[in-house]
Amino acid sequence: MKTFPIGGVHPSENKLSCGKAIEVLPLPDVVAIPLAQHIGAPAVAKVAKGDKVLTGQLIAEAGSFMSANIHSPVSGTVTAVDLVPNGQGIRQMMITIKREGDEWAEGIDRSETLVRECSLPASEIVAKIKDAGIVGMGGATFPTHVKLSVPPGKKAEALIINGVECEPYLTSDHRTMLEHGEELLVGVTILMKALDVKSAYVGIENNKPDAIAHLRKLAAQYPGVEIVPLTVKYPQGGEKQLIAAIMGRQVPPPPALPIDVGAVVCNASTTYAVYRAVQKNMPLIERVVTITGKGLKEPKNLLARMGTPIETLIAAAGGLPEDAGKVINGGPMMGRAMVNLASPVTKGCSGITVMSGRDAVRREASQCIKCAKCVAACPMGLEPYLLSKMTQKKGWETLEAQMITSCIECGCCQSTCPAYLPLLDWIRLGKQTVMGIIRQRAAAAAPKK
Amino acid sequence: MANKLLVAPSPHVQTSQSTARIMRDVVIALVPALIISTVFFGWSVLCVTALSVASCVVFEYLIQRFLVGGKSTVGNWSAVVTGVLLAFNLPASIPWWIVVIGAFVAIAIAKMTFGGLGKNPFNPALVGRVFLLIAYPVQMTSFPAPVNEAFDAWSGATPLAAVKHGAAAGMFDVQDLLLGNMPGSLGEVAALALLVGFAYLLWRRVITWHIPVTILATMAVFAFVVALSRGAGEAALWQFPLFHILAGGAMLGAIFMATDYSTSPMTVRGGVIFAVGIGLITMCIRLWGAYPEGMSFAILIMNSTVPLINKYVKPKRFGVK
Repeated sequence: MKTFPIGGVHPSENKLSCGKAIEVLPLPDVVAIPLAQHIGAPAVAKVAKGDKVLTGQLIAEAGSFMSANIHSPVSGTVTAVDLVPNGQGIRQMMITIKREGDEWAEGIDRSETLVRECSLPASEIVAKIKDAGIVGMGGATFPTHVKLSVPPGKKAEALIINGVECEPYLTSDHRTMLEHGEELLVGVTILMKALDVKSAYVGIENNKPDAIAHLRKLAAQYPGVEIVPLTVKYPQGGEKQLIAAIMGRQVPPPPALPIDVGAVVCNASTTYAVYRAVQKNMPLIERVVTITGKGLKEPKNLLARMGTPIETLIAAAGGLPEDAGKVINGGPMMGRAMVNLASPVTKGCSGITVMSGRDAVRREASQCIKCAKCVAACPMGLEPYLLSKMTQKKGWETLEAQMITSCIECGCCQSTCPAYLPLLDWIRLGKQTVMGIIRQRAAAAAPKK
Repeated sequence: MANKLLVAPSPHVQTSQSTARIMRDVVIALVPALIISTVFFGWSVLCVTALSVASCVVFEYLIQRFLVGGKSTVGNWSAVVTGVLLAFNLPASIPWWIVVIGAFVAIAIAKMTFGGLGKNPFNPALVGRVFLLIAYPVQMTSFPAPVNEAFDAWSGATPLAAVKHGAAAGMFDVQDLLLGNMPGSLGEVAALALLVGFAYLLWRRVITWHIPVTILATMAVFAFVVALSRGAGEAALWQFPLFHILAGGAMLGAIFMATDYSTSPMTVRGGVIFAVGIGLITMCIRLWGAYPEGMSFAILIMNSTVPLINKYVKPKRFGVK
């Protein structure tokens, strides 16, 4: 069984909702759509207060190449384009729409009919993906059309579909692979065409044997597509880890990108969205969100429109339990703790994990016993104990030399520390500082215009 | 909203291990050897161990309370580990006051002076033992003999001392060496019991196999080469290496002393270098040094190289050729 070469941990999988079919959540009455819900420049609002909008209509346009379009997930009236607190309580520009019915914009095919053939040239495929506002739905929200625009001088050799879902609890990719396998594989062939590659690999962790078997059966009809079962080990779904596991190639340290080793990685749910965008003209206005947690009455996978308040999803899963201590946007390894449950579902929201109060409290940190478990766990081959210590000592030069910028913030180090040290808290601080120093240096070295 | 939600950066999960649990596991792993030792040397084994543990815990508590300040750390069981390991390095017949002095040196000088658990450069139990070996050489090398005819001729000398003075390694029964039916420090004799403890530590993921296996392999290879160069017969070619990894403190040192977290390197590669060094130095002292046993010295010498190893031996970085 294939896996990545260095480090990794195996947290309890807790895939509570893996057997639950995707349910369609009733349409929300009010949606809030953040203009910045992807990596890169925020989108620019194309509507104003009082405007009528249709479902699937463009409401905000990509602010630059590295940005993404945003479409209205409902039909109704724009009630505000204003600052609204997001999940972390930080005020952010959002378009608020009051829903009236569900009237769709023209040209969108909402049928379930499978459209297998795609005769568009690569450039038009990429344009359609860009128009539909597709971004990485695994959580990183990197605009997909940017990934597909291979820089001159570089060549994609293989497409990798990330169906790993190594985060504990989350099952949205798993359900999508099971229930939309055929569409997903058509999406794979579309992406292969866009990249002009002959081979694609769908990496799936071995704790999803049903998805592996299902896609293997279907993939027989799709030449060049191979389903690759992977060892259950976190962070198997990290982009660099996945490339290393499947292709045996390691992406060099930043600023190198996956394309430098000939790989383009695309998440499974994103691939399904690509199918819908290219074959059905469907913009990215809904997604599968796993609502999960041990205290929840009914963990489930919900198909929700973007902008739906998170609390509506939690209510659909039986409501917030009495002992809830933490609500995480994402999974427990890399998700972000939320303070504002009225905040909306966004393109990168693959799941909501509710933790009980007892599990949510960090245990008191003691001193480092040099057990080296963090070093053994680091999938990037770094020394977390050293990076954390040197950040506290403000040793920026040492940190740069010790490759702190390679950190992918997966959290293996901190989750494995028997002294409960906040290793990643410190490393994030050090990494940001060092990256700032590197940017300043580059700016100073650049010739003045 | 009724619930008050907690907010913290990811990750939101913590390990089920803890410092105290790890240290407790080390103590549990030492119990089989303690039992075997008690069988061979009698109740004095338990008395020495209890006194050593109590002294270590009390010294750590007092120093923390009156000199260092801060929260008491005796709850993390590390002083208990030091106490048991120190006792394991003493003869069962040792006078009680020497045990207390050893515990003081281990905890006060080798551990707390440097800031306590995780910060000491040298293995505290070994510093205690070596101090006692130099300060009280007579008491430290008078080993009570277990009831066993094979050792009569050597009047309580350890197998290593016997070999040093000309005995053939092959005269010792492998079964006796494995079971611990020989004179020696109270915890080092039962190789088999120590191996059981090793298996437990591996199972509980307290340590990895790299350091112990590398030390023992280095010693075995070294002994084999020496035996070969001496033109030993076929039997001696395997008896000599086997004897060296079973006799003396080889097992105890390799499994429990050299793997001490804060005094061993942070990387696997560093650990292997560290372990090869220990194996080589131990064999050099055993074969050509003044002492019959060199494990303690070898570990302490290699402890001193750990900061250097940590500085220059880095993990294999992802994406770097």
